[in-house]
Amino acid sequence: MDEKRRRFEALAMPHLDAAYNLARWLTRGGAEADDIVQEAMLRAFRSFDGFRGEAARPWLLAIVRNCHRSALEQKKRHAAAPLDDQNDDAVASGDPTPEASAIERGDSRTLDKAIAALPEEFREVVILRELEEMSYRDIAAATGTPIGTVMSRLARGRALLKAELTGGSHGV
Amino acid sequence: MACDESLKTQAYLDGELDAADALKAEAHLEHCAECQALAADHAELKEAMAGASYHRAPAALRAKISDMLDAGTNVVPLKTPRKSSFWLGAGSGAGGMAIAAVLAFLVFMPANNAMVADLADAHVRSLMGEHLIDVASSDHHTVKPWFAGHSDVSPPTEDFKADGFTLVGGRADYVHGTRAAVVVYRHGAHVINLFAWADRNTRLPATGSRDGYRMVFWKQKDLDLAAVSDVDPAELDRFVDLVKKSQSRE
Repeated sequence: MDEKRRRFEALAMPHLDAAYNLARWLTRGGAEADDIVQEAMLRAFRSFDGFRGEAARPWLLAIVRNCHRSALEQKKRHAAAPLDDQNDDAVASGDPTPEASAIERGDSRTLDKAIAALPEEFREVVILRELEEMSYRDIAAATGTPIGTVMSRLARGRALLKAELTGGSHGV
Repeated sequence: MACDESLKTQAYLDGELDAADALKAEAHLEHCAECQALAADHAELKEAMAGASYHRAPAALRAKISDMLDAGTNVVPLKTPRKSSFWLGAGSGAGGMAIAAVLAFLVFMPANNAMVADLADAHVRSLMGEHLIDVASSDHHTVKPWFAGHSDVSPPTEDFKADGFTLVGGRADYVHGTRAAVVVYRHGAHVINLFAWADRNTRLPATGSRDGYRMVFWKQKDLDLAAVSDVDPAELDRFVDLVKKSQSRE
């Protein structure tokens, strides 16, 4: 293992789980998460010479996000019918949530569905904040958006998620 | 959520505020019912999110990535950085031409950045095993007619096995908004993708590089061509010369 590979192993590989988790949530559990992460790690390694040792996790997650984007565009080009990422919410239109709040029942399947139903720009900030416990600043770096936007998307994402979980669309 | 302070309250609940701002947020929370409701929701959601699925990378994927990176390390040994060997090659060989090529690339760079990025992406995609080859053959009598049925253009398909560049097949791809025919060659452990698309009078850079891949562009007959690979730059130039010669013989 040469020096670059060793540095990559030490700085980037510890975030492989975070990369995979994000890819799975971005693709809503799609099998293409494997390919996206693989390509992201390869791209990250190729551009690792330019990495100046800032926070590695947001840097890597930004690459995962870009790979997800390219994969989507690729898919759009190949499929004649455009894929609207915001509207293919098959997951969202599943069972209507019963009155009993999923939060109280601690039903993780319902919870996963509700998260998957969030539009992508809200889903990613919720995942990065609630599951990765990243700071606003790091989320901003990973998603390439200003901190103010991260804050408002997070507020909106949480409100949408709550509405989804309590079975209504009120209060949003 | 009508309270103007709600984002600030959220930042407080997320532990993003410094001590002074946190005190202000706490004072606001004391008397703002909306923010109190927000705080309750925040706590409830936090608790619930502990039950959300966290997808850890499967061991097989981890191993695959490690292998891939190890292979990548072998391909690009640290002791001989790409850049210096390129400049050494440029200095000893057609130095003036290489420098002109680099200058040309710099001049055209803004307009061609997207094309370079697209080609690098297409190349990487092909290496990911996603879609390297549609027709696998080392026989150009097989590859050539295949393109006739699957592509708008007829790319050069000669095998240069004797020179170390083995024809392995072809595929149809989509690059920079254009359908491209791609002829795939191997040189040792490296893959060379030769992209060809119809010349539409766009200016091409002479060379480009992205993510460690180098590309050489040229126009010949009615085609725009680009060879993309991580092989040694001198080898890529040699490959391009072979293709140019074979094409002018056609």
